[in-house]
Amino acid sequence: MVAGVDKRPVGAHYGLRDWLSQRITAIVITLYTALFLGIVLWNGGLDYAAWKALFAGNAFRVATFLFMASLLWHCWVGVRNILMDYAKPASVRLALEIVVIATLVAYVGWTIQVLWA
Amino acid sequence: MTTAERPVDKPRPVYLDLFAIRQPLPAIVSILHRISGALLFLVGIPLLLWYVQRSLASPEGFQAVMAPFATPFGKLVLLVLAWAYVFHLLAGLRHLGLDLRIGIRLQPARSSAAVVLVLSILVALVVAVRLW
Repeated sequence: MVAGVDKRPVGAHYGLRDWLSQRITAIVITLYTALFLGIVLWNGGLDYAAWKALFAGNAFRVATFLFMASLLWHCWVGVRNILMDYAKPASVRLALEIVVIATLVAYVGWTIQVLWA
Repeated sequence: MTTAERPVDKPRPVYLDLFAIRQPLPAIVSILHRISGALLFLVGIPLLLWYVQRSLASPEGFQAVMAPFATPFGKLVLLVLAWAYVFHLLAGLRHLGLDLRIGIRLQPARSSAAVVLVLSILVALVVAVRLW
């Protein structure tokens, strides 16, 4: 091997992916928020029957799931950034990251349970 | 030039008392973006899932979920979370604009930070009026 040929920058190369996914998920969250507010305001508030009917529709369930998946992914990127800045040493950070990942995965399961149970 | 003469080796003032430094508005919006995000993750999402689950379970559950909105503490929690959501969303939209090089110069960046802060407070006021 010739020394100095390999010029790959250090790091795990997920900076751009995180940056981009943070923005794409943000747009999904914003669109769903506008949709949800639109539905609630259009109907002048929802009672139990209307609320139940709203969540009975498959399109709304899928949209809500997309929203929650985006929200939880968005959370992961954001919380990981916070942990990288403040949680030291690395062992503490790793432990907290595992807790956060487990929590977020559990939330995905909870979301599915709420929407399709 | 010897090592001792290099300006980088001269003792430089270190002044990082965060409460003594007058933070510019974009810095305040930036740290609030972070704080509101942490709050939404720690409190907002579990509360949201729990509330939606209970509200869909039965008419009684729906009533039970609406009940905390009648207590001062419940109202306060909802108000803080509503502000955090709106602020985080607006600050995020501002960020997307900056990514697209919209308002990237100092003065527009300061103005948009002020707009985000004021708008989020206005929405919070509307929510507060609706709650009380």
